[in-house]
Amino acid sequence: MERKLFKSLPGMAAMGALFLTMGAQAENLQVSIEIPRLSVAEYHKPYVAVWLEDESRSATQIAVWYDVEMRNNEGEKWLKDLRQWWRRGGRSLDVPVDGITSATYGPGEHTFEVSINGSDLADLAPGKYRLRVEAAREVGGRELVEIPLTWPLEKSSLPLSVKGSEELGQVRIALQP
Amino acid sequence: MKSNFASVLVAGLLAAGVAMQAEAHRVWILPSSTVLSGDDPYVTFDAAVSNTIFFPDHVAMGVDAVTATAPNGKTVALENASRGKYRSTFDVQLKEEGTYKIGLASSGLRAFWKDAEGKRKMWPGRGQQANDAEFETAVPKDAKDLRVTQSSRRVETFVTAGAPTNDVLKPEGVGLELVPVTHPNDLYAGEEASFEMLIDGEPAKGVEIVLIPGGSRYRDSQNEIKVKADAEGRFNVTWPSAGQYFMEAEYEDDKARAPATVRSGSYSATFEVLPL
Repeated sequence: MERKLFKSLPGMAAMGALFLTMGAQAENLQVSIEIPRLSVAEYHKPYVAVWLEDESRSATQIAVWYDVEMRNNEGEKWLKDLRQWWRRGGRSLDVPVDGITSATYGPGEHTFEVSINGSDLADLAPGKYRLRVEAAREVGGRELVEIPLTWPLEKSSLPLSVKGSEELGQVRIALQP
Repeated sequence: MKSNFASVLVAGLLAAGVAMQAEAHRVWILPSSTVLSGDDPYVTFDAAVSNTIFFPDHVAMGVDAVTATAPNGKTVALENASRGKYRSTFDVQLKEEGTYKIGLASSGLRAFWKDAEGKRKMWPGRGQQANDAEFETAVPKDAKDLRVTQSSRRVETFVTAGAPTNDVLKPEGVGLELVPVTHPNDLYAGEEASFEMLIDGEPAKGVEIVLIPGGSRYRDSQNEIKVKADAEGRFNVTWPSAGQYFMEAEYEDDKARAPATVRSGSYSATFEVLPL
């Protein structure tokens, strides 16, 4: 299987997502995701996927956190456990993808920004979308939350947020100049 | 045994059990998972003939005739095949991205008749593969109650590495076949899936399909879903819940090629329905 085309250091991929600000317009979509601290005997950081889905269920990928450091790409074996994301484009994605994939994160609030003009978001047609965030944890649970929104984002409507109940805490989106 | 009554009761139950078995045997190949990610993943399969869906309680299914077809149409070797008391197991490595078909198909003539003493005879013998060339010599044409059928059987399942593909889903035009309109590895609870059934490449009009969710061992009823295909052989099903499903269809008509007078086909498959 040829999946190693974009082989890059995991840290680089995360940095791509954080500082992709080379577009003409400096406006960024800011996404904050809270990973709850869980009292469990065996804890593994969750795999997380973030994508925008239009009304015909077509997806624009924003972020995927998975175990990029395992040897022989073994971390990719559990990507399908993000089962909604897997169906909505994950299974056609040639991971790792610069600017989208990164290593997993533990409990806490994690914020990243995506340049709207410097990413696939630049091609989004105006309309109704859902920002969907899915988390799946090894020997743990799985949760999917979503924020309905209208694109382009209306500054007055922001920030938008939703709260997960098991595997995800607060998920928040905003615009950053 | 304390009384004759008890032994009569036990014998009666045994007889009923045997009769039920003859009616209800299901042949299935069950994959450990159907939707896979990562490099060159493996799927392990159980194959058995049983009464209870996905619970091996009768006899292992022989896997010598089982074929795994890769997305590119090539045959892939079954690895670690082993026959146990109640079920066979084997592994398939998905080295190519796309959808694989794992199953067996057979077709040929079958004959049933009574000999001079009124004993029932059949050709080919139970568990034997038909060889149509032997029909002329093996079956007495003037036998009493001779019934010759052109019969086919298919048992299959599907697994996908990465994005689903459709190449292995194309019909072969032989026997009773399922043509998925909804991809068989893209099934979700609460959603409707569409399929088409063909007999020798033509719509299997009005064929009756039964779908049974796995885990029947842990409930009182089969919870079977019965659907009838329309004039184009099409049918839809809305999956009530996530899980593994067994599907079965039987077809029979009189459009057989001579010397057969009856054409019959049986189809069974295993699907995995995921939660939304």
